[in-house]
Amino acid sequence: MYTFSNRLKIASFILMAVGVLGMGIGFMAAPSTVEEAKAIVAAQGGGHGDAHAVEAEAHGADAQHGEAHDASHDQHLLHQLQNKPWSALYVAAFFFMMISLGVLAFYAIQRAAQAGWSPLLFRVMEGITAYLVPGGIAVFIILALSVAHMNHLFVWMDADVVANDKLLLGKAGYLNGPFFLIRAAIFLGGWILYREYSRKLSLAQDESNDDSNFKLNFRISAAFLVFYLITESIMSWDWIMSVDPHWFSTLFGWYIFASMFVSGITVIALVTIYLKSKGYLPDVNDSHIHDLAKFMFGISIFWTYLWFSQFMLIWYSNIPEEVTYFVSRIADYKLPFFGMVALNFLFPLLLLMNSEFKRVNWFVVMTGVVILFGHYLDIYTAIMPGTVGDQWSIGIPEISSVLFFLGMFIFFVFRALSKAPLQPKRNPFIEESKHFHY
Amino acid sequence: MASKVIHAFYDDDDVLMLAVKKVKAAKHHIEEVYCPFPVHGLDKAMGLAPTRLAITSFLYGCVGLTVAVVMMNYIMIEDWPQDIGGKPSFSYLENMPSFVPIMFELTVFFAAHLMVITFFLRSRLWPFKDAENPDVRTTDDHFLMEIEIHNNEQELKDLLMDTGAVEINITEK
Repeated sequence: MYTFSNRLKIASFILMAVGVLGMGIGFMAAPSTVEEAKAIVAAQGGGHGDAHAVEAEAHGADAQHGEAHDASHDQHLLHQLQNKPWSALYVAAFFFMMISLGVLAFYAIQRAAQAGWSPLLFRVMEGITAYLVPGGIAVFIILALSVAHMNHLFVWMDADVVANDKLLLGKAGYLNGPFFLIRAAIFLGGWILYREYSRKLSLAQDESNDDSNFKLNFRISAAFLVFYLITESIMSWDWIMSVDPHWFSTLFGWYIFASMFVSGITVIALVTIYLKSKGYLPDVNDSHIHDLAKFMFGISIFWTYLWFSQFMLIWYSNIPEEVTYFVSRIADYKLPFFGMVALNFLFPLLLLMNSEFKRVNWFVVMTGVVILFGHYLDIYTAIMPGTVGDQWSIGIPEISSVLFFLGMFIFFVFRALSKAPLQPKRNPFIEESKHFHY
Repeated sequence: MASKVIHAFYDDDDVLMLAVKKVKAAKHHIEEVYCPFPVHGLDKAMGLAPTRLAITSFLYGCVGLTVAVVMMNYIMIEDWPQDIGGKPSFSYLENMPSFVPIMFELTVFFAAHLMVITFFLRSRLWPFKDAENPDVRTTDDHFLMEIEIHNNEQELKDLLMDTGAVEINITEK
């Protein structure tokens, strides 16, 4: 039985407190008027300022636009800067929610496949998915606040914008506040329901005399996977793709899935290695870590495959309505956008290619940290261009949002881990898992 | 030079694995084990050196990647410059995304094919080669462990019978 050590608990509280403090500073520093926004941009100077000066000249030369355009440009800038702390909050909230959702999918696959190697890790996975409840609610609250016009994360929620936009008018039947929230509630409700029910059956199996709980868990896991694949895909359109409401990509759902899957598996490996280093999980051997590292390696390449498939087709065909997505990212986000491809592809490829390295724990931890940072940047570059444009930076609001949700993640995950024995007792495959040997 | 070898037959891979471990523990050198199918972990139990095939595979992959880059640069950029995707930059780097599938495929192609060929050469396998296994049953349902005899015939026989061998033969090699 794992006990949540006081040191870790205090560390998680400190992370949350520092996070709240930093986010507060971020929200205070956001401008409330156009003048303040302009002052902030002017104070930044350097590259940003120059670019804007050139832009302003270009605008000035265009007599057709005149001052009305300048004013709308300033208004736009204000919204971008006001969005910044919100976006930072949303990216971090989504990122940690996505980790536990990825683990939930991995867990359901292990259940549905009746995998023999992984039952020793089930309690670790169940611990991580415990975060889905608070994490999912946090994301839902942010989305609800967006619908309530507390921020401008989703431009299609602005009635004035939609009224003047033919494309958004056409999508209004789908992209509208109430339907958006109803969908979000159904998705989160379904995921949380499965998580809680499966966990209940998993614990009941330990005390039972037959395998009926196990069999029922197998069946609901298979059903959940169907529900998950559909809802995850729609979720990615709703919560991420719709920040660029004109743009669409048909493989976006898979792309986000790959991101959450590899992040989730990485966190399973990290938590397992942490618990092992504290003397828990005595039966988990190198081969289990090896298998998790294989998944980290494989899904990293799968993610790259999807990233590249999306990029190359759009880059090659060069159709204006599609290519804007990459134009804005390459123009303003060159370093994070291509940097995260290198982090998410080259690092796992080179570090985890060798079979022996996959069993070296510190190697897996090091690669795992790189993968997690890379996938944070992945979500960052998916959200930020649509919400803050070229006003991005990774500063106090971004880092403190990550710290806050990291603290929350650690608190809920390890609290859930301490609530049940770390090794399932009566899982029919537990012996196979104990003797799992590569 | 003719030497005497002992052939111990087993009819189960788990029994074979245990036997190999016992023979190794008794400090005898196992010449070879013939199996109808690959037995997981047998190489480690026999104390064989780890394979270097993976290293050759990596190197072949690097060769394939290089061939793809050089080839596409020559074909599409130098010899007959192509306007790719309406972007007539005629620069390899700027057109690189459209070459990635070829780079990927040739990397895999070189790694896979050259690795198989290396494996055949290293194992001294070629078409129409006569089989080396001493008993046809090792292609069906029996495993055979071969140990060289150095004036310890009876000792080895006892040991092998102990490990669950179903048949033991002594032959000249």
